Amino acid sequence: MAASYARDVTLTVLDQGRVTVVDGSVGGGRVMVDDVSLTRATGFVRKPEGLCRGEVCIPVRPGSGLDDNAVDLVAVASVLGRPIAVDEDAGAVYLGPAATERAAVLRSGRAPDFTLPDLDGRLHSLSDLLGRKVVLAVYGSW
Amino acid sequence: MHAELEHLGFSIVTVALEKDPEDVRPFIERAAPTHPSLIDTDWVVADLYNAVNVPSVVWIDEEGRIVRPNDAVFVTGTWTRAHGVDHERHLRRIRRWATTGEGAMTAEEAARRQPVPDADHQQARAEFGLAQWLARNGHADRAEAHFARAGELAPHDFTIRRGSLPIRGIDSRGDEFREMVVDWVGKGNPYYELLED
Repeated sequence: MAASYARDVTLTVLDQGRVTVVDGSVGGGRVMVDDVSLTRATGFVRKPEGLCRGEVCIPVRPGSGLDDNAVDLVAVASVLGRPIAVDEDAGAVYLGPAATERAAVLRSGRAPDFTLPDLDGRLHSLSDLLGRKVVLAVYGSW
Repeated sequence: MHAELEHLGFSIVTVALEKDPEDVRPFIERAAPTHPSLIDTDWVVADLYNAVNVPSVVWIDEEGRIVRPNDAVFVTGTWTRAHGVDHERHLRRIRRWATTGEGAMTAEEAARRQPVPDADHQQARAEFGLAQWLARNGHADRAEAHFARAGELAPHDFTIRRGSLPIRGIDSRGDEFREMVVDWVGKGNPYYELLED
């Protein structure tokens, strides 16, 4: 699987706020990790029906970049419709949420919950304010 | 406004998109707000709510439903000449909603007027997220290409294009920002995406 231009790296995987460091190889637009690293970094587990996390399973076909205990994170992202940004030199990848998932939540009308700190580091969740009308104002000092 | 309307079951929550909480500390301490005043160093809320500029304001009702999607609402008159937005009108509208409930959209209307991201926009956010991580972890030189790619993929998203300037050590009110806006507006685009009444 590993082509001659692939380079072994220590890989930092950023998956929606989670940061995991695993061994992998990069090159030619691919980011290869083994099954154990895949599970640690993304929660996907190899099963007879494919690569699965919860209810979601990605079928694995020969040559798909997902077989032989070597998984291409770019192929995984592509199948899931999720964005992936890669920096081969720094050995870092960022897996984001799918546009379809974001659009579905926003169109459902449910205000997405979040938890963030104030200046003193105290955490606040939007859901703490259920039962009240809320004006959520996003701004920046810039 | 929060203190004035709090007893009616109304709250303001502000979220500052900042590379470093210290950048916004003087603003918050001067305003001394009584409402939650939060710091988002990872642009989490920009992603969740598809905010493409600041300020961006969303109304959420008692059941946690969006009843007025993203809108550029100014709460002071400081920049009125630059953006032409009548902030007093927005404040009156919020006050009326808080006191009478009027002005909330139906679920159908809110869904119809809710801007949603496309695949390129989410790719831009991934490039931006990677660039932020690179900039914070000793790869500022590598971050530049990803910030640039993010801006190309989502040229309308100024939380990315302008918001990245301080992270890159560039003045967010300087020439680079002015050129960005002149170019964008020159192509016939609005800098602020306002909901119409």
